[in-house]
This record gives sequence, C-alpha cells and structure tokens, in this order.
Amino acid sequence: MSGRIERRFAELKAAGRAGLVTYLTCGDPDAASFARLLAELPAGGADLIEIGMPFSDPMADGPSIQAAGLRALKAGMTLKETLAIVRRFRAGDTATPIVLMGYYNPIFIYGAARFLDDAKAAGVDGLIVVDLPPEHDEELCLPALAAGIDFIRLATPTTDDRRLPTVLKHTAGFIYYVSVAGVTGTKSADAAGIAAAVARLKRQSRLPVAVGFGIRTPEQAAAVARIADAAVVGSALVDEVAAHLDAAGAATPDMVTAVLGRVRALAAGVRAARPVPA
Amino acid sequence: MASPNTYRGGPDERGRFGAFGGRYVAETLMPLVLELERAYAAAKADPAFAAELGYYLKHYVGRPSPLFLAERLTRRWGGAKIYLKREDLNHTGAHKINNTMGQILLARRMGKRRIIAETGAGQHGVATATVCALFDMPCTVYMGATDIERQKPNVLRMKLLGAEVRPVHSGTATLKDALNDALRDWVANVEDTFYIIGTVAGPHPYPAMVRDFQCVIGEEVRAQLREAEGRLPDTLVACIGGGSNAIGLFHPFLDDPEVRLVGVEAAGLGIETGKHAASLTGGAPGVLHGNKTYLLQTADGQIVDAHSISAGLDYPGIGPEHAWLYEQKRVEYVAVTDRAALDAFQLCTRLEGIIPALESAHALAHAAALAPGLPNDHLLVVNLSGRGDKDVDSVAKALGMAL
Repeated sequence: MSGRIERRFAELKAAGRAGLVTYLTCGDPDAASFARLLAELPAGGADLIEIGMPFSDPMADGPSIQAAGLRALKAGMTLKETLAIVRRFRAGDTATPIVLMGYYNPIFIYGAARFLDDAKAAGVDGLIVVDLPPEHDEELCLPALAAGIDFIRLATPTTDDRRLPTVLKHTAGFIYYVSVAGVTGTKSADAAGIAAAVARLKRQSRLPVAVGFGIRTPEQAAAVARIADAAVVGSALVDEVAAHLDAAGAATPDMVTAVLGRVRALAAGVRAARPVPA
Repeated sequence: MASPNTYRGGPDERGRFGAFGGRYVAETLMPLVLELERAYAAAKADPAFAAELGYYLKHYVGRPSPLFLAERLTRRWGGAKIYLKREDLNHTGAHKINNTMGQILLARRMGKRRIIAETGAGQHGVATATVCALFDMPCTVYMGATDIERQKPNVLRMKLLGAEVRPVHSGTATLKDALNDALRDWVANVEDTFYIIGTVAGPHPYPAMVRDFQCVIGEEVRAQLREAEGRLPDTLVACIGGGSNAIGLFHPFLDDPEVRLVGVEAAGLGIETGKHAASLTGGAPGVLHGNKTYLLQTADGQIVDAHSISAGLDYPGIGPEHAWLYEQKRVEYVAVTDRAALDAFQLCTRLEGIIPALESAHALAHAAALAPGLPNDHLLVVNLSGRGDKDVDSVAKALGMAL
C-alpha cells in the first residue's frame, strides 16, 4: 500500500469530519488547464482526488462525464499522458490520495502489468475500474493489490447481502457506494436510504465508505457527510468545466477559478456537517 | 494450443470461450446478469419452454425456412452446388426474430414488464418491436441519430408496432453508442426491465443464449441437406457483423471437421483504408460491451467507428465465440468489400429473383469467389440472413440509379 488513502481517512477521523472526494476527467478540456486545476484541488478542499481516464464508450456514465471524456480525447489525452500528469502533480503534493477511475479497455491495451508499474511509479494510490467486477479479479484487482495500489470497488443498491461479501472481498482503500441505480449525474438518492446502505456496508467491512452519484450541492454533500466517511462529487464539477468553455471548446480564463469555487463551497458544506470535537 | 475434444462445449461457467467472453459490466448490472443466467439455464432445461418457442417459431415466424438450390447462381459460378438458406423468408425478413422470440418468452417467464433493445440498421429493433406487439409489452429501442437518418423505413415500422424509438446522440451516434445507452437504461431500470441484445455479444449469458436461439438455422440446414443430398454440406458461408446468423449456422457443424466454415466480415472500402467493419481481420483483442473480444480500436484502446455499406455489419466488435473460433482456426474469417457485396447483391437479384440484404450479399460475394474453384458435387450453403428491400435506397445511391 502507498498508505495515502488509509492515512487520509485516519486524519479525517481524527479531525471528526467526513472527506470530500472530487472527480474530474483527465485532460478536460485540455491537458494544461486540467493540470492547473488539479494542482489547486487540495488547497480548494479536496481531501481525495479521483481522476477519470477518458474512454470512448463510458457505459456507466451520464451525459456530463461522457462529454468530458470526448473533449479530453479530442484534445489528445491518452492513458500515458494521464499517468504523466499524476507524476507531475505528485512532485508537488505527496499527501493527497489520487484514485484513477475509468474502464478496462485502455488499461488492457496498455498492458495491465506495465500499467500498474507506471501507475505506482507516478504516485497513483487507488483504482476504480467500473467494468471489472470481482468475477475478473485476477486480471487487474489482485495484481494491483500486489503492486501496492488499492482496488476500490463500487457497491450499489442492487448489491444484495448474498453478493456483498464477493464485492468486498478484495476491496481496499475505501468502499465506493453508488447511491442510485443509474448512471453518473442523473438521479439523487434520499439521505435515509443512503444511511441504511452505509450501515449495511459497515456491518460487513471496516473500510471507510464514500458515497457518490447524484451529489451536486454543498447541502447534499453535507447530508452525505453526516452519514458516510466521504462524499464524492463528479458531474457537478465536470458541468462547471463545461460551463466555462468558449465557442471553440477551449477553457475560458476563469475556468479554473470557477471550478475551484464549486470545490470550496462543497468542502465548506462537508466540513460544516459535523462539529469538530474540541 | 491443442484442439479441444469439442468446439461446442463453450462457454465455461464464467462465460468464457478461451480467453474471450466474460462479464465485464458495472456492479449494478452484475446481479441482473447472474439472475438472467439462472433463469435461462432453467428455461433451457424445461421442455415446456422449448415447446412454446417451437410453437411460435413455426406458426408466427414461419419456420422452418426453406433451403433453396440456386441453380442459376450454380451455373453462373460454374463449380460448387449453391444452396441458399432462406432466413429472408422469416417474418420481419431476417434471422433476427429467432432470437427476439426466444428472449421475449424468457422475459415473460421472468416476470419482466418492459423491454429495451439497441439497433443499428433497425432489423433487430423491428424484430424486437414485433414480438413486443405480439405479447403486449412496452418497448424502447435505442438507435443512433445517424442511423435513424439512414434507416427511416425501419424507424417508421418500429413506431407503427408501438415501440418508442429513442435517438442516441452520445459518442458517434451509431450502433455502439445505442448499445451503451441501452446498457445505461438497464442500469437505471433494473427492477422491471429486460434487455434483448440483438447479437452474440454482451456479458455472459448473452453470447451463448443468442447463439442457442439462432442454432435453429444450422440444425435445419443439417436436416434439409440430409433429405436433399443424403449428406453433410462441404462448405458453409455466412456474413458477420456481431456474428449471430453465422454462429447459428456454424455451431451445429463445429464438430464435423469435414465441413468447412467461412465467416465473412465487411471490408468496407478496403481493410487498408481503415474504413471497414472487420474486427477479426483488422482489429485487436479488447473489452467492450461486457465481453472480451476482437475490436476496432486505436493504439490507446479507444473504440473507433466501423464502416460498411451494410448498416447491419457496421459494428466495431464481434461475438466472443467467433474470436475464439478464429484463434482456434476452426472457422476461416475473410473480408469482402462494399463493391463486391454490391455486385453479389445485383447478381442474386437478377439470377434468382431474390433481393438479398446487403449483409447477406457479403456472404454471396465470398461464395462467388470460392465456388468456381470447387468441384460440381461440392455442396456450398450460403446463409441468406435477410431480405434486401430495406437496402434498395442505399443500393440505388451507391449505383447512382435515379429512383
């Protein structure tokens, strides 16, 4: 383990608050703007950072993240360049955990073993690969764990008690609870339902639970922060990127500031959600 | 690799044909594909299910479809004896309904109340909308916005049959994106929805289940040729997009080593141009739409669009069992250009009075290349997987004919 994810959740626990996990697609709308934004995220209040690896056919994502991936690909983003961006970020920040999130095909083509070597060297702490369920653990999950990279699994409303142990078996770092049956950025779940689901996960695992899908506002983030260890916000931030593009699709000068503004507001929501013990 | 004792034993319990197949889906869908696997296994073992399917295939689809000796094509090509398996004579005009009938009966057994499907050319969409009308099930068909523009008559047919046709604007707005959106719909409507996939792709059990429903083609050919000629065929030829008509024809013959099996992919404007749909001839292994198989993709693992004059072959992947049979070398896979398919389309129409689908014309074009070099007692069966009425506009445009 790199230990960054574990350490960060331990720090959050000590501080008596939940964390904010931000998602942005690597290279959206271009590599340089994205790298600038990435460097500012920790100061803006991101406790953990998820970076999307763009894929042409993201079947679990809604329109916002689909479009972000296509913008990044159009601007020339590759998996190799994604790892290079993480490496440069890591040179300036050794504490904030980085989780890469995406689909298996680009990793398969890169070569799983080579990818894990390069990801580890770049300073990647965790992986979320949406289309690799436990049934395919030998392809990437087990080698990742052996390489010291956490493999973070999604648990969903359809993951029943019978299946949950299978899902949790090789999960490391944290559990990502997908709070709605659906794609990213569409529906939102109610807090009572999420609380029950988190409690169910906690009965079966000691890992921290982050909750995502459908969290857009500081209020929603705060509601999740009261019942889980972290709130994940993706589509709302990606939408903020999309709202700051000029007619040619390039980032406007205020794009980074605008997205960071959203991050700060969300972080404030999360941090205010639980009183810090004196 | 040693050749297996049987080529018909796959997939394994994890849904794999050798290195291909599997269940590469988001966790939300895993409980559903596992439920589907159990339900299909139970149906497959239930004689009542087979009897119900048999009833509808006979009285509604019109099976068995004829095996027709094409005497004028045989004379023209001057070699092998050419038989045409007339899947074009099925209700809705193609082999697709063999599968949609099987899947909707399974959906009913499972108590599902809503059907979704993806479609490219619209043939699978029409076949799905048809069985949904028959069994009074609401039906949503995802279709790329680009394809909707190209295939208006089929869009109209689906609407008349009561289906909702949902245009897909994401990605490149073609068949692969329609599949993505159908999967997204399924993820969001897990309680009541059954997804009828149109070809031998997707997560396990789809490739095996769709194959099983299409095997009626090869089983009939076996019986029909025994009656007509008293023996097995020598060569079987079928076109391949996802590969459902081909696997349906080939599978019952996989363990007859004397039967030569040839799958024909779409070479579009030519493999060397990059404008083609030949996943085996011009692609590489990868993971998409729930299975590992050969895909058209960039060096960075991004999926690229397929090209073919035939919208039904215009898919950047191929069923995983074909990928396995390709690596096992049990089936030969070749590719035929738009041009050659157009020539075969015209020839079959003129000589036999049968307008073949442009998809099937690819198989005919390869038969045209094979037949002259073969002896007169060589039995060559071409799967005429669909009728070509839907293609007359595309053909007229390609040939520069005024309507």
